[in-house]
Amino acid sequence: MELAIGLILGACALGAGLAMIAGIGPGIGEGNAVAKACEAIGRQPESKGAVTSTMLFGCVIAETTGLYALVIAILLIFVAPGRLVDLLVTTMAGL
Amino acid sequence: MNHKSPRFVIGDVACLALAIVPLLVGMALKVILTPPSEGIVITGAQIYFTVPMPLQDMPITESQINSWLVILSILGLCLYLTHGVRAGVPTRRQLAAEWLVEKVDGMVRENMGEYFMGFGPFVAAILSLSALSSLSSLIGLYPPTSDINVTGGWAILVFALITYYKLKAGPWHYIKSFGDPVAVLAPMNLISEVATPVSMAFRHYGNILSGTIVSVLVASGLSGLSQKLFGWLPGVLGEFPLLRIGIPAALSVYFDVFSGCLQAYIFAVLTMLYVSNGFPQDEYEKRKLRREQKKIKMQEQQS
Repeated sequence: MELAIGLILGACALGAGLAMIAGIGPGIGEGNAVAKACEAIGRQPESKGAVTSTMLFGCVIAETTGLYALVIAILLIFVAPGRLVDLLVTTMAGL
Repeated sequence: MNHKSPRFVIGDVACLALAIVPLLVGMALKVILTPPSEGIVITGAQIYFTVPMPLQDMPITESQINSWLVILSILGLCLYLTHGVRAGVPTRRQLAAEWLVEKVDGMVRENMGEYFMGFGPFVAAILSLSALSSLSSLIGLYPPTSDINVTGGWAILVFALITYYKLKAGPWHYIKSFGDPVAVLAPMNLISEVATPVSMAFRHYGNILSGTIVSVLVASGLSGLSQKLFGWLPGVLGEFPLLRIGIPAALSVYFDVFSGCLQAYIFAVLTMLYVSNGFPQDEYEKRKLRREQKKIKMQEQQS
């Protein structure tokens, strides 16, 4: 029983960690976007306002994939262990 | 109108009270109804009350109550800003209100075009509700936007609007738009259609919730660290988490203030872009023209 609960907790933590690998993509993408925005502002300082707001908008859109991974990780850490342990306890009681 | 008369002042005070009292009520409700807990815990929205219903009991959660309180607070602010509006020499608060309205109207004109100018109030409502909901975490309330049910509800509303404007050029055109550019891609288009509200809801909720979780983790880590470092100090000084002064506030400036306002702006801009991009302007005008011609023909036949 303890072993099973430990396995569930460990697998949930491992899954959450693996899910957050998706954070690499948005990081690279947003870094690229900001670099290009800096270049653009350096070339045309008068267009700073428009470039900044467009860049923020694009960054937030690029962040979405990372946020999907984050939601999965949050569910795996805070919601899934409780549910799975409850399921385990009820099935063990039924046997 | 006399701006110094006692009636006017009483009205002012009433509007300000309507803006502030809901937030105090929210704080009081939180203090009274939150069960005591050991240390720092991360939980979802507390269930304050349950209303018995025929099929299933309906839970009234913290996020529902807090978002209603925020709505009341916004109502109070709007009433205060527009109290005593007059033509000619404007008052200071009237200038603030006009500036806000003009900003939102400019945003709508820039992103959607003249046809959609009626969207101004809706966009302003989304902006203020979302921003103030996120900012309500600054006074210790549970931010309603960190609950997927709240942002999901807004996303469904926006999805209904998008579909309504897509249907304006007739149902046949709406169905045909899924087979664009090739009919084989219809399943993909269907998925991307459903993904719109899902991604909007998850983006907003994930940003606010991750900010909350990171702040709580940092705060609990700092209190543990300060206990290790200053635990040897005598009396209250040893128990008091000294490191938690100031450092979490810097995080809060980013996660609560900057991120909350940015997400409100993004949600509003995405709403405007999706609605105006989904609306087939050319087809709608063609359809209108065809209908008018048909009407004229009918009238000619009748006469």
